[in-house]
Parts: sequence; structure tokens; C-alpha cells
Amino acid sequence: MTISVSRLRAVAIVVVLGLSVSACGYNSIPTNEEAAKAKWADVQNNYQRRSDLIPNLVATVQGYAAQEKSVLIAVTEARAKATQVKIDVSQLDDPAKLKQFQDAQAQLTGALGRLLAVSERYPDLKSNQNFLALQSQLEGTENRIAVARRDYIEAVRVYNTTLKTFPGLLWAATFFRSNKPMAVFTANEDAQAPPKVKF
Amino acid sequence: MTAARATPLLARTGLRAVVCSLALLCAAIGAFAVNYPALTDRIVDQAKIISADTRNAIEPKLAGLEAKSGIQLVVATVASLEGQEIEPYANELFRNWKLGQKDKNNGVLLLVAPKEHRVRIEVGYGLEGTLTDALSKVIITNAMTPRFKAGDFNGGIARGVDDIITVLTTDAAEWQQRPALRLDHEPASDRTSRILIALLILVGVLFTVWPGFRWFMLEMALSALLNSGGSSSGGSSSSGGGFSGGGGSSGGGGASGSW
Repeated sequence: MTISVSRLRAVAIVVVLGLSVSACGYNSIPTNEEAAKAKWADVQNNYQRRSDLIPNLVATVQGYAAQEKSVLIAVTEARAKATQVKIDVSQLDDPAKLKQFQDAQAQLTGALGRLLAVSERYPDLKSNQNFLALQSQLEGTENRIAVARRDYIEAVRVYNTTLKTFPGLLWAATFFRSNKPMAVFTANEDAQAPPKVKF
Repeated sequence: MTAARATPLLARTGLRAVVCSLALLCAAIGAFAVNYPALTDRIVDQAKIISADTRNAIEPKLAGLEAKSGIQLVVATVASLEGQEIEPYANELFRNWKLGQKDKNNGVLLLVAPKEHRVRIEVGYGLEGTLTDALSKVIITNAMTPRFKAGDFNGGIARGVDDIITVLTTDAAEWQQRPALRLDHEPASDRTSRILIALLILVGVLFTVWPGFRWFMLEMALSALLNSGGSSSGGSSSSGGGFSGGGGSSGGGGASGSW
């Protein structure tokens, strides 16, 4: 019986300690940090998905509009550059690194926009089924990128707010000294809006 | 001395907290600035373009789809996109309504904005592999926009719904690859249920004869309670008169069109 009582007390202490620590927001810093990192992975995946569509798109356009060499080369080069810039989740607190990523992807967005604009001049290409499918996939991916970026920005806002506001502020100053605010995309509405594709 | 130093620090912290909460409040107000229609039914016709006949024809199909596969397909027409593009509007509306089951994200939203001449199929995460962007686009350009252009909203929406349901239900290969998407699981086999019953009886017996086991169970229950803080159970709830989303989300899959 005495064993049971002391064990009950131990359980009660663990429960009370656990409840009070989590109620004071100890968990919110790591939780929000992981959430923001997951959102970043989404962003990166969707950019990767776009970059995976490009070789096929370039090959299709080339079949109909081989003379548009400069535009095709620009897309291929921008893609190569963009895929080189990868951000590890541990580098998310570095605004310069994020800016580099954003610039490389924006370059690719611009080159893709020119490629699609040029495609308008080739009626055969425009009615090619493969091209139409690729175009709708590209549209969908651009939209997913926009959504993923919005989600990431929101998750970082929540995380950074936790680091700077009351209960989190205390934990950030003590147990989570190495946790730095994360960087977000600088607002660039041009790059954020999906390219307009008219049918 | 310490008090004098502590006061500005406290004041600064307090001020920062006030500023942050103000910013949060503003953000919250900003997020709710757009007036989304309420999810009252499987067909939300804010723009008043769907006739009673079409509604009666479509409604059972939507309910049947959910009964068969758990997929929540909702048709919405809006009076105005309130200055937004249809893509972000549809995504926000989808997340607002939480279409599809929480663990499967198997919702689809067919959104028509007659004023802006825009239509969009927004696909939940879990269905992106079945109702792909390219297929959504084909449905919009072949079945819907030509009819919308001729002013036949009822015909376009009915055909669009038919085509979406066809894609979602007849792709046999896709269904076989994803048994988890189906609700009509085979019932647990006899052997499994017998083992389960035996285990339950064992737990019951241990519970009554062995006090240590009771403590063990209590601790397990307590830790489970502690760990589950904040998480809520999902699942669709669509019986009776009301209709609501099941907690699903979307990440911008699908396609849009204009006429």
C-alpha cells in the first residue's frame, strides 16, 4: 500500500510539472520551429517540382519553335542556377541565403514567363496536347508555390512572435538561446503571382 | 538600483508584448477581411445561378460520392471574389470550410465566380494524384467553360460535377493503389477479432486481480492525456440537416479557367 501511495505521489508530481511547464509555453518554441521548418520543406519541394517539369517543357517547345534558341537557353540556364541554390533548414535564420534562393527562383520565373509568351506565337504548339498538359501542370505548380510560400511566411510569423513575446521570451533567453528568428521572403508581388497563361 | 534597472526592462518587454499583440490583432482582422460564404450545404449558391432542378439532380450525386468514398465534393458560386484572384480565394475558402476528412484531405471544391468569369477546381492534398492539375484543366476547358460562355451555368456545373465524379471514382488502377482512400474497408477478419477479444479479456482480468497493473494503466492513460493536449479528432460529419467540412486542407492543387 505504501508503495502505491508514493507512486501515486510521483505520478501526481510528474503530471503537475508537465502541465505547468507546457502551460508556460516551454513547448511552443520547438513546436513552432518544427512547423516552420516543415513549411519550408513544402516550399522547396514545390520549387523542385517546377524545376522537374522544365526539361519536358523545353523539349516540347523545341519541337515546334527551335528558332527561339535564346529563350530556351535562358530557361535551361536559369533552371540550372536555381537548382544549385538549396537551403538547409538550419540556414533559415540567414536572410542573405534566403534572398539568394529567392533571386535564383525569380530569375527562373521570369525566363519561364518569356518562354510561355513566345509559345503564344506558335499555333501548332499551342494546340499540342502534351504542351497543354505541361502548361496546366506548370500553372498548378506555380499556384502551389504561392500557397506554400504563404504558409511558410505565416509559420515563421508565429515562430518569431513566440520568440519575442511573453512566455516564449523567457524560454528563448534561457533554454533556447541558439534559436534565432527565421527569415521570410521579401515581398515581391511580381514573383509571387503565378504567370498569367491565357488560353 | 536594481529596481530602477528592472523597471525599464519590464516596461520594454511589456511594450513589445503590446506591440506584438496589436500586430497579431491586425493580422487577424486582415485575415478575416474577406467575407466568405458559410458552408450550409453541399451546394452553396451565393451567386444564385443554379436552378432548383439542377440542385436536385446534383445533390444526391455529391452525397452518394461521400457515402461511397468519403470524398467531400462541394459546389460553390460566389457573387464576387472581392478583388482577389480566384486561386488564393479558392484556397482560402477550401481551408475555411475544411473540406475532406482530416487525415485524408480528400475534398474537392468547384468554385464559380460568374461576375469575374472565372472558374476553379481546388483539389485537396489527398486527391492530387487522382484529380490532377491536367485533368482538372481538361474538365474545365471541355465540359464547363464552353457552356458558361453560352450562358448555360446549370449545364456547365452539372457536367463539371459529373466529370469530376467520374475521374474520382472510375480510375480503377488508382483506387487499387490507394486502399487507404477508401472508406468501405473489408471488415476485420475473424482471426484478428478473436485475438482482440482475447486481449480485452486478459486486460480485464489483470485489471481486477493485480493492483500494480491498475497503476500501470493509470500512468499510461495520464501520459496519453498529456501528450494528446491540443489535438482534436477529425472525421467528416455530414448526417442530418447540417453539412460541415471534415477538417481537410488543400495546398493549391487543381486548375482554373475563364470564359
